[in-house]
Amino acid sequence: MAAGNTYTQIASTTLGTAAASVTFSSIAGTYTDLVLVISAQDTAGNSFAFQFNSDTGTNYSRTRLLGDGTVATSARTTSAASMVFNYIGTTTSEFSATIANIMNYSNATTYKTALVRSSAAPVGTSASVGLWRSTAAITSITINAGVIFATGSTFNLYGITAA
Amino acid sequence: MTPILGILASGISGNLWAPGKDYDSIATTTLSTSTATISFTSIPQTYRHLQIRLFARSTTAAGNSNAYIQFNGVTSAAYSYHELTGSGSTAGSAGSASVTGPRICNYPAASSTASMFGAGIIDILDYANTSKNTTYRSINGNDQNGSGYSILFSGAWYNTNAVTSILIGDNSGGNFVQYTSAALYGIK
Repeated sequence: MAAGNTYTQIASTTLGTAAASVTFSSIAGTYTDLVLVISAQDTAGNSFAFQFNSDTGTNYSRTRLLGDGTVATSARTTSAASMVFNYIGTTTSEFSATIANIMNYSNATTYKTALVRSSAAPVGTSASVGLWRSTAAITSITINAGVIFATGSTFNLYGITAA
Repeated sequence: MTPILGILASGISGNLWAPGKDYDSIATTTLSTSTATISFTSIPQTYRHLQIRLFARSTTAAGNSNAYIQFNGVTSAAYSYHELTGSGSTAGSAGSASVTGPRICNYPAASSTASMFGAGIIDILDYANTSKNTTYRSINGNDQNGSGYSILFSGAWYNTNAVTSILIGDNSGGNFVQYTSAALYGIK
């Protein structure tokens, strides 16, 4: 059994001013999975989106399961220019609870899959799976706001290392 | 570990963090050839919870398939599970009692586009406790750019023995393909 620094914080970002996007770059390929924890607010939007390695091509898709307090629904995006997710915090002092797991991100053989749970208390909760149709190792992640991330939004990136 | 070299956004404050050791990698299997099952044996009893991080694809002749889990070599109908599933168009729920292989993860199979894999994160709670039946939950799924599922599973093994071994197989009888990986972690 290998015990040690299996779950490592790679970087932490807190927005001092509003920003339309946050990018983590030069991500080392030394981990097995990435975990991105987001507590964010976008008072003008209700979604956020990932792009990997600055790829703006239509190489992303996503299947989501969503509950809004009234009904459970499911929807899909295909051949999109980013991996779009709900929900993000939208009202004053209300931030999202978002955890994204980006699996096997550094392998250069398979497409990349992200499992994302995100909730915004007054709006709803979601579980989504996203696909990036690229076999390239992920070396950067851009998190785009639906409109703009508010001051105080936090973004924490962790690496998980398998034995 | 090498820290991130660049963080791009306006108005950032940040820090690097010294990690603890309360989340340990116990064992990992990455397949070099197509294989029917993946097993973890002699699981230490020194953690509070277990987590499996699965990245998989099956040889089953279909667009997708499901993985099942069994504990301590028990192959009888001592398990149950429920699921909440998003198909991309509808949300649904289902479940089965008294099954031999409760589901933990849905992933692409033989008729899916090459290079597409599914993923699942399975949390097995209080696995060493000998007063409780063993329960687990899973967030998992696969997107295939036009098909696929986002799924939440939960399940139980109706046995109070401590979990000392885990077997993962394909519900449809297929093999896990090359590059499938399963990593077992202990949480203190």
